[in-house]
Amino acid sequence: MSTATESAVAVLIVLGALVVLLGSIGLARLPNFLDRLHGPTKATTLGVGALLLASAIFFSNRDGGVSLHELAILLFLFLSAPVSAHLLAKAALHRQHAVNRRDHEALTASDSSLPGDIDEAS
Amino acid sequence: MKRGLLPRPLLSATVLLLWLVISSPVSAGLLVLGSLLAVAVPLLTQAFWPDPPRLVRPARALHFVGVVAADIFTANWRVARQVIGPLCRLSPALVEVPLDLRDPFVVTLLASVVSLTPGTVAIDVDRRRWILLVHALDAPDPQVLARAIKQRYELPLREIFAC
Repeated sequence: MSTATESAVAVLIVLGALVVLLGSIGLARLPNFLDRLHGPTKATTLGVGALLLASAIFFSNRDGGVSLHELAILLFLFLSAPVSAHLLAKAALHRQHAVNRRDHEALTASDSSLPGDIDEAS
Repeated sequence: MKRGLLPRPLLSATVLLLWLVISSPVSAGLLVLGSLLAVAVPLLTQAFWPDPPRLVRPARALHFVGVVAADIFTANWRVARQVIGPLCRLSPALVEVPLDLRDPFVVTLLASVVSLTPGTVAIDVDRRRWILLVHALDAPDPQVLARAIKQRYELPLREIFAC
């Protein structure tokens, strides 16, 4: 393997790892669920893309011919990542809605018990 | 076109090509198995493809793929800086994007593109009001983002599929 391809592979690996790290930092730092969802979606697109490209160059070079497995992985990833993000976000919204409704019901329930409390106090 | 052994030639071709790519050193046996899959998969999934849109402008589609790839790069850079920087400066928002698209398949494509570009995640499609609900990591002005999504992604998609 020539120095040029070797350095290209190295740069791509470091770049990909850096982007995945940034995605993880986002996941750790951001305050709520929906914000946090942005970290991982980022890592799957550019980060894993760079890593797969590095892998494609490396194995094409070592085994001769063109390594196309990575292309298939990238395609499946791009097909499945939005779907999982969509499902997670939707689940989060439904959960939030359920919690809001429960809080609301708890609030109205305590409201109706208020007169009783006042009676006891007097 | 609806009936027969190959109701969706393009889907069959895609399945066969993907199969050959995955099982890379091609042999006769794998080719036969791939061909069987290429026939079986479209037949079995036909119920999920109610009304497929036609790709009328393939050149425009390739250009669109390029635009999305470039956006993935620039948006990654922007979100990376936001994630490292002070978080209090971010203004996350749920944005309602009113759609002109009506085709379920193309709307799915639009939602996927929105989710793939960092900083925005498509959450829901309201098919009564035709609104795409998007969560943005940093959208000080939701209207600007909604317009940008319509201009940058929805308009080309409508041209590509003529809908």
